[in-house]
Amino acid sequence: MSFVKGLRCRECGHEYPVAPTNVCELCFGPVEVVYEYEAISRSISREKITRGPLNMSRYKELLPVDGDIIDIGTGFTPLIRAKHLGKLLRLENLYIKNDCLNPSYSFKDRVVSIAVSKAIEFGFDTLACASTGNLAGAVAAHGAQAGLQSYVFVPANLEPSKLIGASVYGPTLVAVDGDYDQVNRLCSELADRFNWAFVNVNIRPFYAEGSKTLGFEVAEQLGWRAPDYAIVPVASGSLFTKVWKGWQELHSLGLIGPVRTGMYVAQAAGSSPVVNAYEAGKQEVRPVKPNTICKSLAIGNPADGRYVLKILAESGGGAVAVSDDDIVDGMKLLAQTEGIFAETAGGVVTAALRKLAGKKVFPKDAVVVALITGAGYKTLEAVSGHLPPALQIQPTVSSFEEALQKRKAEGKSTA
Amino acid sequence: MAKRRVMFTFQPDLITEPVIYTLGRKFRIATNIRRADVKEDRGWAVLELDGKPEDIERGLEWVRSKGVRVDPISGDVLEG
Repeated sequence: MSFVKGLRCRECGHEYPVAPTNVCELCFGPVEVVYEYEAISRSISREKITRGPLNMSRYKELLPVDGDIIDIGTGFTPLIRAKHLGKLLRLENLYIKNDCLNPSYSFKDRVVSIAVSKAIEFGFDTLACASTGNLAGAVAAHGAQAGLQSYVFVPANLEPSKLIGASVYGPTLVAVDGDYDQVNRLCSELADRFNWAFVNVNIRPFYAEGSKTLGFEVAEQLGWRAPDYAIVPVASGSLFTKVWKGWQELHSLGLIGPVRTGMYVAQAAGSSPVVNAYEAGKQEVRPVKPNTICKSLAIGNPADGRYVLKILAESGGGAVAVSDDDIVDGMKLLAQTEGIFAETAGGVVTAALRKLAGKKVFPKDAVVVALITGAGYKTLEAVSGHLPPALQIQPTVSSFEEALQKRKAEGKSTA
Repeated sequence: MAKRRVMFTFQPDLITEPVIYTLGRKFRIATNIRRADVKEDRGWAVLELDGKPEDIERGLEWVRSKGVRVDPISGDVLEG
């Protein structure tokens, strides 16, 4: 059994028993999972965690699943000391959390793993989600492994590679012919109408808890401490708030020291409602219509936006938006310095990191962690027109030497 | 009869207009505000609508036509 006490409204504090619901019946505020921390403190220790399996189950006491976690190999991804990028940005202790290496190539495997495990406990036989890519793949993959039906709703104009990346797992793929708002509206109504486990709607409180494992792993991999600074991509804001919650939980259980992490939001300028609110000094997020190449962060009305703003104020962090050109440059920079090919959200984080480092926001020796949440093969089109073409040669040494000389001369002339 | 939970976000020029009152009267919908925050430059309200499904649809279209943004109460459902 888990150590879950129940659900609590984040607005009015009203408490509810565990159930597949995401809103408070009184004020319609979002509910979240609360735990019996005293009981957890008697069960958990650094030693026990360290002896645990190299997946999300090692933090099971702090997750809301009663039985086994549906696992397709998610978690315990590498935390890499980014020496080359760090040198370029004058940061001696820069780390990259490489969550591209999850089974469906994004951090969404973490949240979906918990959501699907919980959906089975609730007795659902069908999973569903509305997605522009990563979530679709993660839901379909976990549905396949768990033997559940999956319905995946995507905008009809989604890139073909992303459709294949989800449909290969065998879900019912539904392409909705409508704009961003219409797809949102339809899926919200479907979630009300069908008795399915909509992973990020009625299962959302449990789903979101899966993101904490990213924070747990970073703390453990840093030698049981929270970083001095974290740069986190923000879409709905759930990842941002849960990584923070995870570190607070570890501290309250005596597993790490006080959390003094400066939390930084990274968004694409074409979809930056949180950055806009932060820069205007507002405590509420004003919805926007997304228009960016970074589809994985294109959420105009982020569910957790106001909670992200609260954490920014509490942690003394900040928020940065970067242009689509910066995103492409960020993807190339991360690939060409650390050998990590991230999707556009990783480009957003890397570009935001470069911007912040340029402003000397971080002391040189600070421990800075950038969360890279999805793999670049999902968004090949973002960089495909921005890379030098291959040298075209005949099968002779002289042809190669000629082409090489030409390329070198071109490099000099543009240098 | 049907119920629908929605969030309205108002532009500054609509703060002084009785949009929710008119929605209720004009389309025979019972409006029940659960949370709201209205300031001089903007405002939002989270509410439940109770009425005939077709009246709710027509009512929400009218609200949108006034320039009010209508969203699901849990924020965007579509994710990356």
